[in-house]
Amino acid sequence: MITLDVNGTSTSVDADPDTPLLWVLRDTLQLTGTKFGCGMSLCGACTVHLDGQPVRSCITPVSAVAGRKIVTIEGVGQGRVAGAVQEAWRRLDVVQCGYCQSGQIMSAVALLEHNRAPSDADIDNAMAGNICRCATYVRIRAAIHEAAKSLA
Amino acid sequence: MSNAESITIGRAREHESAHLHVSGEARYTDDVTAPAGTLHGAFGLSRIAHGRIRSLDLAPVLAAPGVVAVVTAADIPGENNYGAVVHDDPIFTEALVEYAGQPLFGVVATSHDAARRAARRARVEYEELPALLSAREALAAGSFVLPSERITRGEPDARIAAAPHRLDGEYAVGGQDHFYLEGQIALAVPQEDGCWRILSSTQHPSEVQHVVAHALGVTAKDVTVEMRRMGGGFGGKESQPALIAAAAAVMARKTGRAVKLRLDRDDDMLLTGKRHDFWYRYEVGFGDDGRIHGARLLLASRCGYSVDLSGPVNDRAMFHVDNAYCLEHVDIVSHRCKTHTVSNTAFRGFGGPQGMVLIEQVMDEIARHLGRDPLEVRRANFYGIGERDETHYRMKVEDNILEPLVQRLATESDYHARRAAVAAFNAASPVLKKGLALTPVKFGISFTATHYNQAGALLHVYNDGSVQINHGGTEMGQGLHTKVVQVVAEELAIDPARIRITATATDKVPNTSATAASSGSDLNGMAARDAARKIRARLAAFAAGQAGVAADAVVFERDRIVAGEREWPFAALVKAAYLARVQLWDSGYYRTPKIHYDRATFSGRPFYYFAYGAAVAEVAIDTLTGETRLLRVDILHDVGSSLNPALDLGQVEGGFLQGVGWLTCEELWWNPRGELATHAPSTYKIPACSDWPAEWHVALLERAPNREETIYRSKAVGEPPFMLGIAAFQAIRDAVAACGAPGCRPPLDAPATPEAVLRAVDAVRAAGR
Repeated sequence: MITLDVNGTSTSVDADPDTPLLWVLRDTLQLTGTKFGCGMSLCGACTVHLDGQPVRSCITPVSAVAGRKIVTIEGVGQGRVAGAVQEAWRRLDVVQCGYCQSGQIMSAVALLEHNRAPSDADIDNAMAGNICRCATYVRIRAAIHEAAKSLA
Repeated sequence: MSNAESITIGRAREHESAHLHVSGEARYTDDVTAPAGTLHGAFGLSRIAHGRIRSLDLAPVLAAPGVVAVVTAADIPGENNYGAVVHDDPIFTEALVEYAGQPLFGVVATSHDAARRAARRARVEYEELPALLSAREALAAGSFVLPSERITRGEPDARIAAAPHRLDGEYAVGGQDHFYLEGQIALAVPQEDGCWRILSSTQHPSEVQHVVAHALGVTAKDVTVEMRRMGGGFGGKESQPALIAAAAAVMARKTGRAVKLRLDRDDDMLLTGKRHDFWYRYEVGFGDDGRIHGARLLLASRCGYSVDLSGPVNDRAMFHVDNAYCLEHVDIVSHRCKTHTVSNTAFRGFGGPQGMVLIEQVMDEIARHLGRDPLEVRRANFYGIGERDETHYRMKVEDNILEPLVQRLATESDYHARRAAVAAFNAASPVLKKGLALTPVKFGISFTATHYNQAGALLHVYNDGSVQINHGGTEMGQGLHTKVVQVVAEELAIDPARIRITATATDKVPNTSATAASSGSDLNGMAARDAARKIRARLAAFAAGQAGVAADAVVFERDRIVAGEREWPFAALVKAAYLARVQLWDSGYYRTPKIHYDRATFSGRPFYYFAYGAAVAEVAIDTLTGETRLLRVDILHDVGSSLNPALDLGQVEGGFLQGVGWLTCEELWWNPRGELATHAPSTYKIPACSDWPAEWHVALLERAPNREETIYRSKAVGEPPFMLGIAAFQAIRDAVAACGAPGCRPPLDAPATPEAVLRAVDAVRAAGR
């Protein structure tokens, strides 16, 4: 059994140590907001926060995160920054198909937690690993700026 | 309409699922709780491009941990096929392998991981056969999936011969993987009495229904397909999901348990079709002003091993080879090449982009030859109004707004001043070069298969005043459901919050068309309006009777109904109507008027109307590395009277960048054995956040209602903006040309990857020495 701290709740799961965190979240804990996109940490759809840092859960072995603070899209909304990001996302109509957007929001929140006034270049760097096939990028950039403003 | 003012139409209403999207609560197929005991499937794939299967030993697969069953063609009780047009797509191939990655068998196991690991343990012996991999090889070998087609108009040969100037050349454009972030997936759940429930991420639930029924040897009434939302479709979920769903159903039938088949990204990219890549040859004669006098155009596409949608895709390429330009004397030949590669399929634009890129290339060639600004040459060739207004397929262009639209964009983007600035920059910059291009789009709206241009809707008004709407279209992010809710809200003059739109399901609206050809809102919006108007008429008649006034005197306004002296809140009138036994639910239906088309002669009116747009792109290239950067884009796009500007602008922005990706960074590469080497995001690059330009101006053309009677005079928006991306490619070509002597013709095919750009730069520089 591995003990995980997910969204502030301690949970024990029975999983092989090398099982990617993504599958524990989705299949064992039924937290399906975090998505599978590529399984190679190259698309960003599976992004969660590990001790406040954005990580790709599809390649993170569950044994490596035991006891550390994991936050998913389901839990992130309780924070002030995430609330501002989600609000900006809706106000600017960022989302099209939505599948990558949990990951986009997790990366955006992590950026704003550390940088309250990101430049376009900061945003491009922070969001480089989160791809969106609908190509909503121009609105993602704008929404991050908007969220930053509302947090100032 | 007696509405005092529109409540929702033309307003920037947010996506109906926005609150779910941002909280992770929006459920996609893989997120739906599967029944207890659900098993997981995986495909076993061929490793060769062409050959016969000598032996297939699945004993090691069956013996692998967690495996419950293996399935092959022998386990399919009905038809081993998922091809909808021509039945040449086996679910599991039996004897003949026709591409590397073709499904040979399926594995069903207790976990996704176990199924995938086991699938690799098969022992397959092949007798390899020579493989044709490219369109050009297939063309040389006379290998086609369908007969070649030709449209000839006027006397192209004579006009080319008599023209003051002549050019010929070759050009090629690559394919494109859909790379929907949500890969292909289906969940097949056995029901009682031989019935089936299928959850499928599909743009075409009715086709999945029929293919599954035929594979299982049952009929459509026994199969229900349900689809709430896709995590992207882009055409990749038009015909391909039928394979996934049918395979899942065969696995579920054999095991008697629910089976989920979710493709891993690599498998998805290996075994599902992509955008057709094209190879072209052209010959063109033109005047001093650049106007084309005559043209001969040859288009050869890589269709892959089977027909799939290659017929209409290539037809649409032929229809759109004119783009915005009147080709009075033209000969167009289209070859549909059979290759030993995955069967190519629909992708946003459906062949239209592959037609347009050719003529845009020709325009640029003419301009460089004449030393004129390419925009002048383009404008010299635009369709006229009242003259030069008939397409090569004999359809009159009645809604031409090219000249004012392009004129305005050129002015607002400061095109001419920036052209001079780019030239000045290039004169002073030896390493970095800039390029600028303005390209227009004219895109025909309607399915060319005329029977597809119909739609249905089902509207329920519950006696508490709440409303459910269902229709045959599918939601893949384009905002179709949002627009349909707006339509119902408008017609009933109620708050959209009263309305719940429900998952597309084949047991609610039957015989639906694919949500494709940009037609989702045009068709389903009208069907929903039809249903809503029936309900409204009944409510109006009831209210009129209660108030003793004429039905046409009843006013519906913001959740209230007023008839003479009487007034009801919507819910109260609904309740009273229910008690008085008024039918409060109904269906709606729509078929596009005016369209007709004779495929034998390629003539008629295949399109109800055209959507227009234009883009100006400015790029910089690094002549030492071949890297390119999009610096600025200006877009003016025509959506008629927008139903929802927020959604429409999103389609324009996203479509444009997806088009840029197709023509710049996205490169599919097969090795000489016919194996796709670019089958993951590690090797296949779609645009990222940093690819959006620093400066951008994107606008919808205002006060431009559709002259045809579409839903509130709007226009389709899904596909047309994709082709705005051509501006970026032509701007790159412009920058490459700046490296050579005046009048040089850069040998640059698409995609303009850094390698391709570098080669083209080297070529024009070498030629200039």
